[in-house]
This record gives sequence, structure tokens and C-alpha cells, in this order.
Amino acid sequence: MIKTEGLFFKYDDEKDENKYALKNINLNIVDGEFVVIIGHNGSGKSTLSKLFNGIYYPTDGKIYIDGLDTSDESQIWEIRKRAGMVFQNPDNQLVATIVEEDVAFGPENLGLPSEEIRARVDEALESVKMSAFKRKPPHHLSGGQKQRVAIAGILAMKPRCIIFDEPTAMLDPSGRKEVMQTIAHLNKDEKMTIVHITHFMDEAVEADRILVMDEGEIVLEGKPKEVFSQVEKLKEIGLDVPQVTLLSFELNQMGYAVNKENLTVDELVENLCQLK
Amino acid sequence: MSIKIMDLTHVYDLKTPNETIAINHIDLEVETGEFIGLIGHTGSGKSTLIQQMNGLLKPTSGEIIISGYNITEGLNRPINKKKKVTKAESTQRKKRLIEVRKRVGLVFQYPEYQLFEETVEKDIAFGPINLGLEEAEVKLRVKNAMEVVGLDYEAYKERSPFELSGGQKRRVAIAGVLAMKPEVLILDEPTAGLDPKGRDEILGQIKSLHANEKITVIIVSHSMEDMAKVASRLIVMNKGMIVLDGTPKIVFKQIDLLEEIGLAVPQISYLIRALNTAGFSMDETINTVEEAKDALIQILNKRIG
Repeated sequence: MIKTEGLFFKYDDEKDENKYALKNINLNIVDGEFVVIIGHNGSGKSTLSKLFNGIYYPTDGKIYIDGLDTSDESQIWEIRKRAGMVFQNPDNQLVATIVEEDVAFGPENLGLPSEEIRARVDEALESVKMSAFKRKPPHHLSGGQKQRVAIAGILAMKPRCIIFDEPTAMLDPSGRKEVMQTIAHLNKDEKMTIVHITHFMDEAVEADRILVMDEGEIVLEGKPKEVFSQVEKLKEIGLDVPQVTLLSFELNQMGYAVNKENLTVDELVENLCQLK
Repeated sequence: MSIKIMDLTHVYDLKTPNETIAINHIDLEVETGEFIGLIGHTGSGKSTLIQQMNGLLKPTSGEIIISGYNITEGLNRPINKKKKVTKAESTQRKKRLIEVRKRVGLVFQYPEYQLFEETVEKDIAFGPINLGLEEAEVKLRVKNAMEVVGLDYEAYKERSPFELSGGQKRRVAIAGVLAMKPEVLILDEPTAGLDPKGRDEILGQIKSLHANEKITVIIVSHSMEDMAKVASRLIVMNKGMIVLDGTPKIVFKQIDLLEEIGLAVPQISYLIRALNTAGFSMDETINTVEEAKDALIQILNKRIG
């Protein structure tokens, strides 16, 4: 679904000639995969996501979205149709005064017949569980609800992949939960490819694969258990791990037979019950 | 520097179809030197409450006394139209507010969007200059404030704040408030959007400032893990009211109530509850990794020994 080959990227206004925001990224995200990207501020996560969507073009190397080359400008609308993007601030993404009009904005621009638009809007709102709000003004919604409307706007374009750039950063715990449940639903039930960028490590636990970025490079990659058990390495680059994993790791280091790959409360409880 | 709030109510769009009660008859006392975590879901009234504390919003009814200054006296309240406020009363209130704002520093959410000066030094100095302080004192305050937030004075003073990274901008913005030397520091989600390292650094800096300068700190946060680590008292708001008030240990025991109002508890609190359900007998007030580790070591050692 997303493939990069020897990808390098440097910002135009970067004075230092050797300073690349992204260095030699080789990735292959397959159809239906749920990939989480973590990394500290300035590690290149957001830059990478903007390249996926054709907002930036590679300085060197190639990106293919569903087989389409993002540096081919004639393909850019087709690429954005297939790989939609949801950003951090819900208030910056909604344009219309009524929820359903907002969701209809994308498909209207595609010039679809109105019955088709209607059907897509209804389906998209249903998928994010916001149908009851379709005639409400967006500014009366909570942060989590606004993000779900933003997601519906992308769904109405019928993409094959959605890239989320810290969609939960500005939300409260219940808003975060709503958005994460929506993402899980899109991946599991609608088989959509998901790339999710976040600072919340607990949001990465359910991923198929985690990519850890540092200084523009992918420094760790693997299943959540493989990545989070590298507690020391993650701390070294300024990240942390879920509390349960940290606790398991520390007990393991002290010589207790606790599995340092425990990620969830249930796993650690089961593990401790065997020891007790 | 104490804060006393009595029967405070704030209604937005009073007497319109959009009338919303943001704060509903709140009583609250904050003592000098407390470190308070203010939590609640979006729209629970947290931001309205902190804006009341330095007089940015006028309450619909109720009183707020900050360190002996009653900042609600002499308010022309829409609820009480018959009682006219005299000009003298309103001038007096303004004077009191100036005194209060010198003492209560408020750092808004995403404060980096409020930076405006050409250099980091000028931006941080803006507040102290407006206080009418002498140049040498202003410079000293800027230096100290930058030191507190971990920005090297010589390296950053001439830089444009707009060229800095998000985390650095946030530090500059916080330093701007610290340079006012507030006795009460209120921060609205100071770590939102930061990576784990930036988050821990800023929280650590606020914590040592609190310890060294003996100031009162109020932090609005959505991160229960962070609040378990730093706060000595948690105030939980829901629908404009205070529903829980106590130490993190007492508050985080109320897992069901907190979930019901859209909040969560630290993952460790969930772990302890699950362990106890599975037949362990652990102290249910444990809410940090360190405490859980110590308690589990004891249990595991007993088993082995």
C-alpha cells in the first residue's frame, strides 16, 4: 500500500546542506496493516506522513502509494483520494457549518452525483458513529466528536489508507478512547490500512507493527512486544513504554521470572499469578 | 498566597438560547504552597475556573478572594441589575486585579502561539518591563526564568522564538510567565502535544520550581500518570462541579466514578485492581510504577523465601 525506496528529504529553507529531515527510509506497509510511528518531537514522523500524502516531495528516492509515484504531480489527486490524512487539531479541519455538509465537502469536489454523495456521507457518519449529529454545527461537538467528523470526511472519499498525525494529542481521555476505537474499527472491520503517529505509547499496543524514528531514521521496528521490551533503547531516545511494560521490565532486570514483553494489565496479572 | 472561592457560578451566554452553566456553585480553598492537579473532561469547567482565578472572567455570582484581595467586589453583575456599580467601585476593582495578576501567573494551553517578539529575550522581558521594573532587574529575571525552563541564556537570548522547535517555544512562553515571579502559577495542559522526554522535563522543572520557590502550583492535565507523580492534591471536575477532592491516592481509588465521567486512572491503578481481583492483597492506593515494584518485590520474595 505504501512503499518507500531510499527516501531522503531536506526542507527547502534548511541552510545546512547535510541536514536531512529524513534519511534513507525504506518501508513497505502492506494492505490492511496497522502501523504506529513513534518518535520524539523533531524526529521526522510528521515529515514522513506529509510525504506519504504528497504534501512534500522526496529530495531523493521514491514513494509509491498504491503503486502511484507521489513525485508525479499529475497523480497527486488520485494519491490523496487513496491515502487520506487526519491531523492533530480538530478545529482546523472542519470547514462547513453543519456536520453532514462538512463530510460532503470531499465527495462534492470529486463531482459525484448527489445520490452517491448522500450515500457516502451517511455511510461515513455511520462508520464513525456520528449519524445522530449530522445536522449539528461542528463547533457544538466535543474534541473527540470533531475528530470523528474529520475522519468521516476522509472516509467519504473512499480511501484505502488513512494516515493519522497525532489525532489524539489535543483530546481528553474519553475523546482519545473514541478516536482509538474508531481507528480500530476501520482497520479490523473495514480492512483499511492505517498509519498512526502518536506520543501516547498505550495507543501503539494494538498495532501490527511499530516504527520508531529518531533523527530522521527508523531505528527500531517490529511487533509491539518486540519494540517495547527494548526499554533502555527507547529511554535513550527520549521515549517511554506503557507502565505495565516498564514494571515488568524492572522486575525482570532484578531477576524475577517476569516476562519483559508484557504489554497489558491482563498479561502481567496472569504472569504474576503463575509466580505467586 | 491563598485562594478562596465561595459559591462561584459562571454562566456563558446568560439569558440566551445557548445559555450554558460552566461553573455551578463551587466552593474551593487553596493554601499557599499546594501542588494541585485539576482534572476533568473537556467542557467540565476547568478552564473557566482557572480564568476566574486571575480575574480574566467575571463570575455570574459568588466571590473570589486572592491573598486577601476580593476580586469580585464591585462587579456589575447581569444577575443583579438593580444594584448599580459606582465608578469608584469599578476603578478599585481594576486596581485590585492588577495586584492579583502580578501574583497569579496563567500559562494558557498551547502558549507558544502567543509568542510575538523578535528575540527570545524580548519576549520573556515583555511582562517584567510592563511591571515597570528596572533594566537590570528585568535582565536578571529573564535569565532566571530561562534557567528554570532549561534554556541556556547566552545561546538563546538573541534567537527568534519562531525558529525554535515546538518544545522550546513552549519553554519560552512559560518563562515569560515565570519572569513575572508569580506566587501562584496556573498552567493549562502544559505538556499537551509534547513527546515523553519533553513532558518529563517540563514537569520536572515545574516541580523543582515549586519546591525551591515555595509557590502554589495548579496544573490542568489529562494525564493521570503525570498527576499521580507530581500533584499533592487532585481536584476532579464534572459538569461545572467539583466531584472529587483529595490526594491522588484517595482520588484514584474511585476508578468507577472517574470512568463514568469520562476520565481514567493510571495504568498501575488498573493493574492493582486486577491483581486484587485475582487474589493478591495489595494496597489499593498504589498508583506509580515505583510503588508497585516495591510491593510486588515483597510479595515475590515471600513466595521464594
